[in-house]
Amino acid sequence: MEYFVQQLINGLTLGAVYGLIAIGYTMVYGIIGMINFAHGDIFMIGGFVSIITFMVLGVFGITWVPLALVCMLVMAMAFTGLHGWAVERIGYRALRNAPRLAPLISAIGMSIFLQNYVQLLQGARNKPLPPIISGGIELMTSSEGFTVKLGYMQIIIMVTTTVIMVGFTLMIARTPLGRQQRACEQDMKMARLLGVNVDRTISLTFIMGAALAAAAGLIWLLYYGIIDFYVGFLAGIKAFTAAVLGGIGSLPGAMVGGLLIGVIEVFYAGYFSSAYKDVAVFMILVLVLIFLPTGLIGRPDIEKV
Amino acid sequence: MLVVEGVHTFYGHIEALKGVDLEVKPGEIVTLIGANGAGKSTLLMTVCGTPQAQSGRIVFDGQDITRLPTHQIMRSGIAQAPEGRRIFPRMTLLENLQMGALAADPAHFSEDLERVFAFFPILKERQTQRGGTLSGGEQQMLTIARSLMSRPRLLLLDEPSLGLAPMIVRQIFKIIREINERTGTTILLVEQNAYHALRLAHRGYVMVTGAITLTGSGAELLANREVRAAYLEGGH
Ligand SMILES: Nc1ncnc2c1ncn2[C@@H]1O[C@H](COP(=O)(O)OP(=O)(O)OP(=O)(O)O)[C@@H](O)[C@H]1O
Ligand SMILES: [Mg+2]
Repeated sequence: MEYFVQQLINGLTLGAVYGLIAIGYTMVYGIIGMINFAHGDIFMIGGFVSIITFMVLGVFGITWVPLALVCMLVMAMAFTGLHGWAVERIGYRALRNAPRLAPLISAIGMSIFLQNYVQLLQGARNKPLPPIISGGIELMTSSEGFTVKLGYMQIIIMVTTTVIMVGFTLMIARTPLGRQQRACEQDMKMARLLGVNVDRTISLTFIMGAALAAAAGLIWLLYYGIIDFYVGFLAGIKAFTAAVLGGIGSLPGAMVGGLLIGVIEVFYAGYFSSAYKDVAVFMILVLVLIFLPTGLIGRPDIEKV
Repeated sequence: MLVVEGVHTFYGHIEALKGVDLEVKPGEIVTLIGANGAGKSTLLMTVCGTPQAQSGRIVFDGQDITRLPTHQIMRSGIAQAPEGRRIFPRMTLLENLQMGALAADPAHFSEDLERVFAFFPILKERQTQRGGTLSGGEQQMLTIARSLMSRPRLLLLDEPSLGLAPMIVRQIFKIIREINERTGTTILLVEQNAYHALRLAHRGYVMVTGAITLTGSGAELLANREVRAAYLEGGH
């Protein structure tokens, strides 16, 4: 029981990261109907910008943890936002009306480019971050002496993720920008006929997705204490799986899918084999694509034709 | 107010508009009639910049808008209710109307909302219903109502009566006249329902395969033998 609770806590923490990345996949898919294969690498860049910011802050002697975290998050979001914007501008915009294979290939190209560019700038070795948040609360202890711990880090991660997701959901549901994004998603030509600047809206969608991935990158860095130029590939595919599991195009789907994938991965590693945990996640991708292509929370399509 | 001069529009290699000239003066209702595939919708869309005219000129209120991007044209005082009930299905009726008000001053919103609800009282009761679950007629009304929310000076209506029951059709035409008379909105109306359209309009144009073949006042066109033979015989 105690072991189960501990795994659940760990799984939800990891799931929060996948959920944040998955939102970017799902939003871009919603608006232009394409998978942004460079999104995992945007997440990785978020992690790198976080660690660079941390080191720069250290040089200036800023070590107060809350301030450092906020600076890392803001810088990571700003830089990944720029990268997300560039990916759309360079990799997608010219190909928006091309056959679907073309933007797919260009996105994979963008992904390879981003990995190599970070590798060149930052080196191929992984970068460690000293633990900046430690300690936690001991929730319960079993008779065999196994203690369930909820780290302060995990609390911060869950609170931050919840705040970001709630704020983001409200933004999409309530603000004029969110309404314009949904309009583009549902009928782009009509949105344009009502005066929506569609190019700008699509750019903003990429930027917002990237900013959320940056938050995920920062969390990843804090949680694992390490980042390398290749980390975006695997995390990206897992988050993509989460988006598909939840129902691609659906925001709550991405969040729920992310949490589920995180929990499944951690449980598989904890109860079966940690060597094959990635395989377990990809099996889910395959099964969902075959048996449940609209996902758990597919788009709420109650439409008359 | 709107001047279209020698406009050619292509879809790939197909020439959909072959040098169209047309003018709409301030305060007028002008109707454009023609068979299926004549290019009527293409003309309205070309005025809005999707697709853009390959050659020729489109001038609105003295400004050349031929090469402006669509979203700028639609923020300069033109609105279109396109054919086929293009409402946003997964938004509520109210959100659809908010989308229509994008180009308008937000301070006018509630006033404009009351104004369109006065034209279409049924819509008022259904504000929180999702667009996709409205009936066909309600969707058609919402399309027109939405295009009014930006207080356009020029309103482009593409087959507003399509697929509606005869009683609703009469109601729609009455509302179009009211919009024109009460708010001074200039209207360019595309219609299959040539009889109603010509009776309503001050002037009309007849389009055949991408070119204007005939023009005159509504009454003149109604009396014209060719128009009667092609668009009016067989009842209305
Ligand atoms: N997106 C498009 N791509 C290619 N051809 C098109 C496109 N849209 C319209 N056309 C063609 O252009 C011509 C004019 O079409 P348009 O829709 O303007 O006709 P219309 O007069 O509005 O007809 P209707 O009364 O049936 O609505 C038609 O031959 C049509 O097939
Ligand atoms: Mg048409």
